[in-house]
Amino acid sequence: MATPVKVYGPPMSTAVSRVLACLLEKDVNFQLIPVDMSKGEHKKPDYLKIQPFGQVPSFQDESISLFESRAICRYVSEKYANQGNKRLYGTNPLEKASIEQWLEAEGQSFNPPSSALVFQLAFAPRMKLKQDLGVIKQSEEKLAKVLDVYEQRLGESRFLAGDEFTLADLSHLPNTQYLVSVTEKGEMFTKRKNVGRWWSEISGRDSWKKVVDLQKAPPPKSA
Amino acid sequence: MVVKVYGPAFACPKRVLICLVEKEIEFETVPVDIIKGEHKDPEYLKLQPFGVVPVIQDGDYTLYESRAIIRYYAEKYKSQGTDLLGKTIEERGTVEQWLEVEAQNYHPPIYNLVLHVLFSDKMGFPADAKVIEESEKNLGKVLDIYEERLSKSKYLAGDFFSLADLSHIPFTNYLGAMGKMYLIKEREHVSAWWDDISSRPSWKKVLELYPAPILE
Repeated sequence: MATPVKVYGPPMSTAVSRVLACLLEKDVNFQLIPVDMSKGEHKKPDYLKIQPFGQVPSFQDESISLFESRAICRYVSEKYANQGNKRLYGTNPLEKASIEQWLEAEGQSFNPPSSALVFQLAFAPRMKLKQDLGVIKQSEEKLAKVLDVYEQRLGESRFLAGDEFTLADLSHLPNTQYLVSVTEKGEMFTKRKNVGRWWSEISGRDSWKKVVDLQKAPPPKSA
Repeated sequence: MVVKVYGPAFACPKRVLICLVEKEIEFETVPVDIIKGEHKDPEYLKLQPFGVVPVIQDGDYTLYESRAIIRYYAEKYKSQGTDLLGKTIEERGTVEQWLEVEAQNYHPPIYNLVLHVLFSDKMGFPADAKVIEESEKNLGKVLDIYEERLSKSKYLAGDFFSLADLSHIPFTNYLGAMGKMYLIKEREHVSAWWDDISSRPSWKKVLELYPAPILE
């Protein structure tokens, strides 16, 4: 059995959970190493050595250290191409290109407004920070426009990049999970017919259910 | 069949053009006047539903998002022109890491600067001084991390020029027009890296053929 890969960061982090979903889809054993962000551990010198931007996650296997969740997902999908879900990153160049297009759409169009909403509506209250109503309104408007494009696409295609569940869909799971389960903006997804259908399908996957369980597990006690 | 690239005057399409030149791939271009709002025309939205540039057409095939397009062509033509992806899965992983750093950490603040400082008048919205100040500060923090990285590594992903470096070129070039090139020049290793990548023949060719819409 291969040595488990290491993922640094709390599973409640959207970016960390993106990587965990990918590892589970690819049947790659991993060890989750806690980083206590409430204590600022991610900004301390020891952590900055492995992730100089002071962000989570960070990743290590026997041949490389990497950061940036979408880069980690791409690396894992390529390195472990022959195990787990073999269609996650496409099986030919055109399939892969379509996945890259929608992964970039997620990173550039979907992520900014949706993660602003996740922060404002799910995290700021927990951190006792004041919400910015202007940011919430602007983000919701931007996200609505993006979801209108998705609604059209998902009326023509079962998943974003084509007929199969891929990294492109997976990348959307973390932010959408928060918006649907702990904010009142979930309707933005569930009230759009095709987006709603797609959300049900992708969030119903075993891999994602396991990630959600990991997110619910109590945080490890500090050393 | 020749690849068609839409919107060559603008920075994101230029990422694609640099890549095509590096890979020795023939292309033609189709102008899209963003100032006139052509990117929001129904005809354009059929090709790129998010209403941004670029989009490419390669025969019947359509693809958008500049970083997806450059990954596709760098891989499809791996054995011709410059190798932009590294030789191993690990090198490719490092290229992907720094390409994501560009997309997630570098691009947002520099894009805000370019939008507010250079395009606000032409696009008809007021430049937001607070956004400009915050963006410059954030860009500086990112460049501090680049300075450290580039003191240990000739290029971002290692000792080879890759998609990760290439992706930075078009927007970084705008710093000159904004009078903010000091952000690069003040940092010794970032400055050396910028001199190197911006003097590549591919960039010189792209700039010569498709000058930026905002004159320096």
